[in-house]
Formats: sequence, C-alpha cells, structure tokens
Amino acid sequence: MEGIADFFRWLNDARGINLSIFYDALDRSRFLEGLWTTVWLSLICTVLSLVIGIVGAWLQGARFGAVRGLVQGYIQFFRNTPPLVQLFFFYFAIGNQLPHVIDEHGMLVPPISNIGWAILSLSLFAGAFNIEIFRSGIEAVPRAMVEAAESLGYSRLGVFWHVLLPLAFRISLPALNNNLVNLVKTTTLAYAIAVPELLYAAAQIWSEVLNVREMMNVLLVTYVALIAVLVAGMSRWERALRIPGYNP
Amino acid sequence: MTALPVLISPRLAVQTQGGDIARGWLSGGLLIAVLTAFALSVLTADARAAIGGAGSFDVVAILLKWSPLILEGFLFNLLVSVLSMAAGTGLGLWLGLGRVSQLAWLRHAASAMIQFFRNAPRLVLLFYCMFLLPFSITLPFATVPLPDAAKAVIGLSLPVMANVAEIVRGGVQSIPVEQWESGEALAFSRSQILWMVILPQCLRRMIPPWMNLYAILTMSTPLISIVGIQDSMTLARAALVAEGRTELFIPMYLMLLSWFFLYCYPIARWTAALERRFRVRI
Repeated sequence: MEGIADFFRWLNDARGINLSIFYDALDRSRFLEGLWTTVWLSLICTVLSLVIGIVGAWLQGARFGAVRGLVQGYIQFFRNTPPLVQLFFFYFAIGNQLPHVIDEHGMLVPPISNIGWAILSLSLFAGAFNIEIFRSGIEAVPRAMVEAAESLGYSRLGVFWHVLLPLAFRISLPALNNNLVNLVKTTTLAYAIAVPELLYAAAQIWSEVLNVREMMNVLLVTYVALIAVLVAGMSRWERALRIPGYNP
Repeated sequence: MTALPVLISPRLAVQTQGGDIARGWLSGGLLIAVLTAFALSVLTADARAAIGGAGSFDVVAILLKWSPLILEGFLFNLLVSVLSMAAGTGLGLWLGLGRVSQLAWLRHAASAMIQFFRNAPRLVLLFYCMFLLPFSITLPFATVPLPDAAKAVIGLSLPVMANVAEIVRGGVQSIPVEQWESGEALAFSRSQILWMVILPQCLRRMIPPWMNLYAILTMSTPLISIVGIQDSMTLARAALVAEGRTELFIPMYLMLLSWFFLYCYPIARWTAALERRFRVRI
C-alpha cells in the first residue's frame, strides 16, 4: 500500500503527473465517498423508479380514463423535457416554496435536502421511462393468458402481480437495463445542485490540488468502468432470464 | 405443440422508451394540461403576491418582459443541438461503417470507441472537452480560435457520434445477407454494394431512431449552462436573480420546461408515426 503511494508521489515529483487520490488520504477518501454516493444514489433511484414503473403500468390498465390520462401526461411530460431543468424546477422552484423546518440544532432548514430532491427528480425521470417499458412488456403477454388467470379466480391485482408482471419483467429486461444505465449516467446532473457524488468530489479535488487534467481522466475512466461493470452484469442476468426460444 | 401463441413480440418503439402515443386526443389534451398548469402557477403566484402585501405585481408581465431574452437563449440551445447533431452524424456514419468493416482491427477499434462514448456520461464528456481542449488550434496556415461554444458542441457530439454509429450498424445488419450476395453476383465491389444497395435501403429504418436521438440531444443541451455557457437556463436563472422574488421561480421554470416540451413532444410523436409506417412486416 505504501509502495503504491510512494510510486504516485514519485510520479508527481519526477513526471508532474499529480494523481493525488492515490497518495493523499483526504483526496482518496473524498473520491471514494463520491463514488459511494454515486452508487447508492443510483441504487435508490433505480428501486424508486422501478416502483413508479410497476405502479404506473398497473394504473395504465385502470378503468377510469382520467387515471390513464394522468399517467400518460406524467410520462410524456417527463420524457420530453430536459432532466436538468426538471431537477432545477424541483430543487429551486418547488424547494423554495416549501416552508422551512427547524432541525435538531435549532436551525431553519428546508424540509427536503438537495440529495432528497435529486433522488425524487431522477426517480420521476427514470420512472416515466420504466412505465412505458413495463407497458410494452405487458402488452406482449397474450390476452388468453389473462383470461385463463381470470377464469382461475384471480383478481385484477392478482393477475397483474402473479401473471402479467413476472412475464413482462423478463420480456422488458433488456430495455430496463438500457434505462438503468441511462439513470446512472444521469446521476451526474446532481452535481449541479451540489450533491457530493463522484463528479462533484472530483471537481472539489481538482479545484484544490489543481490537477484538472489528471482528475478529468481518472473521472472519465472511473465512470466508463463503473458502467461497463454494470452492463456486463446486466447482460449476464439478461441471458440467464431469457425466455428460451423467444426472440422478438 | 400448442396452437396458442406463448408470447407476442413486444412493441417497444425506438424511443429508449417506446410507446403508444398514437391516441390523437392525447397530444391536444396534454398541451392544454401543460398550459393550464402554467397558467395556474402564474395565478397562484399572483394571488400570493397580493396577499403577501409586498406590493402586488403582475407575474405575466414580468415573464413577458424576460421571455425575449430567454427565448434567445433557447434558440441558442437549439443551434447547439443542430450543430452537435450534424457533427455527431457525420462522424458517427464513418464510425458505424468501421464497425461493420471486414477488417478485424478496424471493427474492434470502432466497437471499443462506440462502447466508450456510449458509457461515458454526457456531462463528464462535456467537462472533459471544456477543460482539456486548447483555446486555439494551430494549423500550418492559420491559428483557429476555439471558443467555449465550439468546445461544448464537440463535447455534446461525441455521445451522439457513438449512438449514430450504433444506429448505422443496426441498420446495415438489418438488411438480409442476400442483398450483399446479389450485389456481388452483379459484380459490384463491396463499397459499391454498401453505398448503392445497402445504405439506401436502411436509410428509411435509421430515420426514426436518429430523430429520437436528436430529441434526447436537445434535452441535454441545458447541460452547457453547468459548464458556464450562456443558454436559456443561465438566462432564466439570471432573470430570477434580477427580480429577486421566490414566487416567480415556479412559473419561470415551468415556462422553460414547456418550451422544451413544445419542441420535443412533436418530434417524439412524429418519430412514433414514422416508426409505425416503416415497421417491417413479417
């Protein structure tokens, strides 16, 4: 471990390539914390967006036209407006209108932190895509399957949960994975509202240590590696869950 | 064995998303809904301003006052999107042809490049280009300055390039191999077959995903405001700071959102319509 730190210290002294995250404890911890924030931000948003996707897809089959219209309106609005403007709309516009609350230190703070708004905004953004993805998966399940389940006495919710969703999930997994990758890439936007994720941490380091070029490359490689790992894992899962003999 | 279809093919439209946005009443209804939400937020802000007693003011008048300036920024966003799309398409076409080349090294190099630029977040690529591209490029005959906006266009066009390359690859590979064989039988060279037989046929299929990509690109242009370029987002925030009233925040951002919506939603509908028209029927 010390040897690695010494090597990068030497690299800085002799070659002028300053990779401070490898020998400076503070920079390293900041970078790793940023990486960790990116990972859990992505995880929470993924789970929430899947919940939105499932609930939304269920509501799209609702009897009331008004409910279907509302879901459709939500999908189209979030799919056709810039995610950055959505984030700013939530954080600055709506966040400013909410009454402030007093925290345990007696300070007046906004009720939802910047991380909270980032989670909300990114989940709503990715959720809009997930509803459409689940819907197309559900439509791929033949009508006869639903009728068979109904004749066995399943309720509407039961049909959805036990019959439609498991099949639809397997069908829509490739598209879901695409959207998940997109979501992880979109978490970089949280930088704009000062959420300390990877990009923000890197920007902090390069503005203090003045090693923009080195950090920029580290950042790019880290993100590409992170997403490459995700893509590799997901495509393995895709292959494992593929319905044999079914190729659309 | 069974006569019933086990599963039907999913109809996921090109939009990374897809969708049945065909219902005609919907688009009209949606636009009205957006405008109503906008109007409502304006009215509530108005009412709050009146109750607040801090001197009532007219939200609509303030928005109208600033909208020409912000509209200029919005047009700049659109200009950036068009330029990035043009650059990305030009580069991506060649990258995509490299991806389907018969030379193994070229194929692998193109594939690696596509993967890299598709996996990198747009914002990080944008930062990369803004910080690491030089202020000017020295050519043998002249020194060309590289303004920030040009760097931003380059940064935004890199992911477009990779995605266009994927579209080209998909298009070329969707053409049955018999087309290549019959071209060969007619003594066309490989490049002649590609340019005169294959590409004209896949062009139609490439248009919907290409338009979808353009819509996604347009929605990512506000990112340039983060790296310090003055666009609609920067101007909207500056206007809010100048007015200094929190009641204005919601109407102002909704106005900007609805502009993007009014520009991107018709593209999405058009894409879906083309997609239905060009669908390969088997």
